Amino acid sequence: MEKIALHIDGKLIQVVKGNSILNAARQSGIYIPTLCYHPKTGQAGKCRICVVEVERMPGLQVSCSLEAKNGMVIHTNTERITETRKMIVELYLSNGKHHCISCEANGVCELQEVAYYLGIEKSDFPVVEKDLPVDTSSPMIIRDMNKCIQCYRCIAGCNDITVNEVLDMGFRGNKMAVICDTNKPMGKSSCAVCGECVQLCPTGALTEKKAVGKGRAWETEKTETTCPYCGVGCRINLHVKDNEIIKVTGVEDVEPNYGALCIKGRFGYDFVHSPDRLKSPLLRKDGKLKEVSWEEALDFTAGRLSEIKKAHGPDAIVGIGCARSVNESNYVMMKFMRAVIGTNNVDHCART
Amino acid sequence: MTNSIREIEYAPVIVVIGSNTSESHPVISYFMKRAVKKGSRLIVIDPRKIGLTRWAARHFQHRVGSDIALLNAVMHEIIKNEWYDREFIDKHTDGFDQLKEIVNRYSPEYASGICGLTTDEIRELAAILGKAEKVALFYTLGITEHITGTDNVRACANLQMLLGNVGIESGGVNPLRGQNNVQGACDVGVLPDVYTGYQKAADPEIRKKFEEAWGVKSLPDSEGTKIPAMFDGIRSGDVKALYLSGENVVMSEPNQAHTISALENIELLIVQDIFMNETTEYADIVLPAACFAETEGTFTNTERRIQRVRKAVEPPDSAKDDWWITSEIARRMGYDMGYMSAEQIWEEIRRLTPSVFGITYERVEHEGIQWPCPDIEHPGTKYLYKNGVFPKGRARFYPAEWKPAAECPDEEYPFVLTTGRRLWQYHTGTQTRRCAGFDEIHPEELIEINPEDAAKLDVKDRDYVMAVSRRGRVKTRAWVTGRVPPGVCFMTFHFHEACANVITNNAFDPVAGTAEYKACAVRIEKA
Repeated sequence: MEKIALHIDGKLIQVVKGNSILNAARQSGIYIPTLCYHPKTGQAGKCRICVVEVERMPGLQVSCSLEAKNGMVIHTNTERITETRKMIVELYLSNGKHHCISCEANGVCELQEVAYYLGIEKSDFPVVEKDLPVDTSSPMIIRDMNKCIQCYRCIAGCNDITVNEVLDMGFRGNKMAVICDTNKPMGKSSCAVCGECVQLCPTGALTEKKAVGKGRAWETEKTETTCPYCGVGCRINLHVKDNEIIKVTGVEDVEPNYGALCIKGRFGYDFVHSPDRLKSPLLRKDGKLKEVSWEEALDFTAGRLSEIKKAHGPDAIVGIGCARSVNESNYVMMKFMRAVIGTNNVDHCART
Repeated sequence: MTNSIREIEYAPVIVVIGSNTSESHPVISYFMKRAVKKGSRLIVIDPRKIGLTRWAARHFQHRVGSDIALLNAVMHEIIKNEWYDREFIDKHTDGFDQLKEIVNRYSPEYASGICGLTTDEIRELAAILGKAEKVALFYTLGITEHITGTDNVRACANLQMLLGNVGIESGGVNPLRGQNNVQGACDVGVLPDVYTGYQKAADPEIRKKFEEAWGVKSLPDSEGTKIPAMFDGIRSGDVKALYLSGENVVMSEPNQAHTISALENIELLIVQDIFMNETTEYADIVLPAACFAETEGTFTNTERRIQRVRKAVEPPDSAKDDWWITSEIARRMGYDMGYMSAEQIWEEIRRLTPSVFGITYERVEHEGIQWPCPDIEHPGTKYLYKNGVFPKGRARFYPAEWKPAAECPDEEYPFVLTTGRRLWQYHTGTQTRRCAGFDEIHPEELIEINPEDAAKLDVKDRDYVMAVSRRGRVKTRAWVTGRVPPGVCFMTFHFHEACANVITNNAFDPVAGTAEYKACAVRIEKA
């Protein structure tokens, strides 16, 4: 692949031809703030936070949308750039309802992060606080358009990543807003509840309903694992606080799903903490299942299997493994039936 | 899958047959829809107007259970027009003449009478596939859950081999596995005829290898039984004990009364699960298991990718890892497996299994690896049979003959019932129905009935109806919809209140042992 060389903030950088200035900077560890850009949805050219100066080019240039060229000399951190970025963020903050205190996105909000980076406490512009009704009609997703910065990421996710084609921008001027179908409440729309929009949202405009009040980013631990539903095997992060899964997100940078999930993978986790979970072995006594200790349960099971094997031979015993459980447990089941019981009567629900 | 999920986006023609992908494998459907946006042609072959048809260039709505007739006729036309890949066939396959002989009988005119498509439609489908640069074919249980399931799969494979679409990127024969670890459970040998990595149980050399590794004198050489035969064995009294791990068979097996009568007859039923369910009702002992978020291990996805599963939370009270429970029973029967961790078990698996020998926990820390992966440096295998190299040297065409479903509609039971899943619930509902929000979106079973049929039956949308087969009756609300053609109804097995498997047929494919969930005869009564 052809490489090009350019200077960013006095540093000589080599990148593969075809990269944007933003990518070139990120690859060499130079921070340029962004709001609308996301590696998965690509350049959007909406927020203009990522502006840089390119020598011998007039004005400021949008780094996510301009291709890095051989010999370019770029500055990412001049006073003019900082002033421009500040103005953009202050304009965002002056329009909407960007209160962080109880916001679910607190700590992961990209608008908050950029404001922090630029040292903005409050907007210098007169604040026109929006008071749009919050859409809680979806059982899984809360849409608070007061916090939307119109970055178009959710629209790109819905139309170009999961291709459910529900979200789009509606209306004009200062009434412009992200809408579902023909401006239906999300819960009444054709939304497939995949939650890609939530995962891509840089602010608290789109959040997981079931996670509200359950814990903030810095209080949770993330465990990377694999989805337990269908055979796609999506990679997921379980966000855990106090031994409870409070939400699930897709792992962005790996196969097979590159962060995308479906309703079950993203929102079907709370069965884990259901009060109905089996907590103790149960043994049938006088026709009823009664709680017993593991010792008693295992002794009973092993004893009865041994008796039946002795009386009727190993082939009188059959075992069905579990296509939902891990390879390791399935292997042990298979080994148990063959090596301990002594039968090939072992199968699992592959055929159901 | 012979190929990988990410290759879908680059397939010029995608055929989806017997897979409701956008509901059963939503994330794979994203790849298909993105491919369409980039210019791929998506061809859906399905008796129902499934969600994916919205993005399809063509939807061929054939009759339930007519797959072989249709695919044979398509191959008939491809051969007649010489659209097939002669070089691939000559170099890499055997049995082409036998295939030719069989499909020769399946003219579009003959097949049309069986599959319900016009001869023009069949010729159009043949031309699309025959003239394509390459085709990626996807199927799910719509192909396998028939008494001819094995032959249905063979017909799909024959088509792809005929067109030289095997052993290439963005092509292949791609079954989408319905559960997270069906692939893995098969791969580690939870099947009556094979050990790990499909090493034959009938082969004395293989048995010897496992006897030595496991330290046992002799491993069984008798032929094992598959699930349908297990239940028959229980009913006949030959089978006395069933050790059942994580399957709610009362809901998931066809012909519920048949399943229940077996469970009532059994001497010892051991159920290992995470919830009480319809099956634990019949258990003598219930062993509480840890679920996916409480355990360490690996799952293998539909594209053969071995991926890590990690413990994120503690299991409730005394629930235990599945492998711990089984090995504790083993220890009490005099065989100490001595396992301390899942990783130790995986190490044993990989040392006994050439196809995954190169995969360690360390290597799949973040991103999984696709088998075959024979050594520790091997990057894994994105797609199988590259350059036409097959495990047995050459691939073989196994021509398939069409056969009707075990139970066809008649005067008394005039509808075909076909079954499947919905996006909003999963399987027997034990998990999704315990998650907030799911029952809000889709709270109850709905039987899909075509508006023409509904009008004749005087049934309106959301009216209660009784679906009756020779095996039972289920009361459910009707969804009057054009998703199903006239004469066809559709149900799921998500709701214990109205489970399709009360009425489905337990006739099964003689080779695979898979039941015919996709076709039985029912009548609809007003309720």
